[in-house]
Amino acid sequence: MKEAFKFAFPKTVPIFAGYLFLGLSFGILAVSQGLSPSLTIFMSFLVYSGAMQFAAVPLLIGPFDPITHFFLTLIISARHVFYGITMLKPYSQMDWKKYYTIFAMTDETFSLNVALDIPAHIRQDWVFFHISWLNHLYWILGGVLGVVLGAMIPFDTTGIDFVLTALFLSIFVDQWLSTDDHTPAIIGLLSTFAMLLLFGKQHFMIPSMLLIIMTLLAQRPKDQKGGDIQ
Amino acid sequence: MTSQQQWFTAMIIALGTMLTRYIVFIIFPANKKPPIFIEYLGKVLPAAAIALIVVYSYKDVQVWQYPHGLPELIASLAVIALHAWKRNTLLSILIGTVLYMLLVQFIFI
Repeated sequence: MKEAFKFAFPKTVPIFAGYLFLGLSFGILAVSQGLSPSLTIFMSFLVYSGAMQFAAVPLLIGPFDPITHFFLTLIISARHVFYGITMLKPYSQMDWKKYYTIFAMTDETFSLNVALDIPAHIRQDWVFFHISWLNHLYWILGGVLGVVLGAMIPFDTTGIDFVLTALFLSIFVDQWLSTDDHTPAIIGLLSTFAMLLLFGKQHFMIPSMLLIIMTLLAQRPKDQKGGDIQ
Repeated sequence: MTSQQQWFTAMIIALGTMLTRYIVFIIFPANKKPPIFIEYLGKVLPAAAIALIVVYSYKDVQVWQYPHGLPELIASLAVIALHAWKRNTLLSILIGTVLYMLLVQFIFI
């Protein structure tokens, strides 16, 4: 457990920077738009999704329409289903910790956990769990700071959000250099890019995921085919 | 909406987000063997999913307006080159982000 924490913590440092900044931006934005501090912090606790929380701010100051907002949430957060399929096996094997770890599966936590190379003597489930709660803590901390500080940030932070892009890129490079078969990575890149061009940045994620899954299934080797799909 | 309605909506949004995270695990519980194609996807999706997130993180780049995504391009090439060379995640992210901040704050303004 202690070893798992020692392994997990350094992995989360880039996310500390990214989440503190993004969480803080969310806190500043939400309060400046008239949401109460308690509601703002509640969302960082229990929604815990950057994209969704930013999208929620204009919804929460608009008219009351919970059913529309529920379905809008499902559409904006649909990519988590994709991550769920990817992590089905490793997370399902966990004990009680999986209930929290699945809840805390953000883009960033997923991208760390999916690409870990854990030494055999360290328990994988504890690493997943530690990475998950540490990132959640950073996110909440950022939100609280945003609420408390408001717009009094002492230096120009423009561009600091690139920290998450850099994190995703470095994970991508790691995966690329450590595998021989680059087909899934290329399919992922081309499908997503094509759907972004075709559907625009508001609506490309669901078509991208469908295209990736269909392309991967269509090109899978014969020995991977069961009689379960056709 | 009123404060109560805001809290109710925030809870609905929290529940909707949770549903997207839990749904796969509810449909395929640990004691049930998932279909073969789901197992296959579990093997190939990690690389494809990271690629998806990479493209997703560039979705707000304005290619048709000044500075035409140049800061993103330069900083990204630096991250890729540095990471392929040193394989040190923290170093790649730190240098890449500082470079990007300098580019957008001082060079491409």
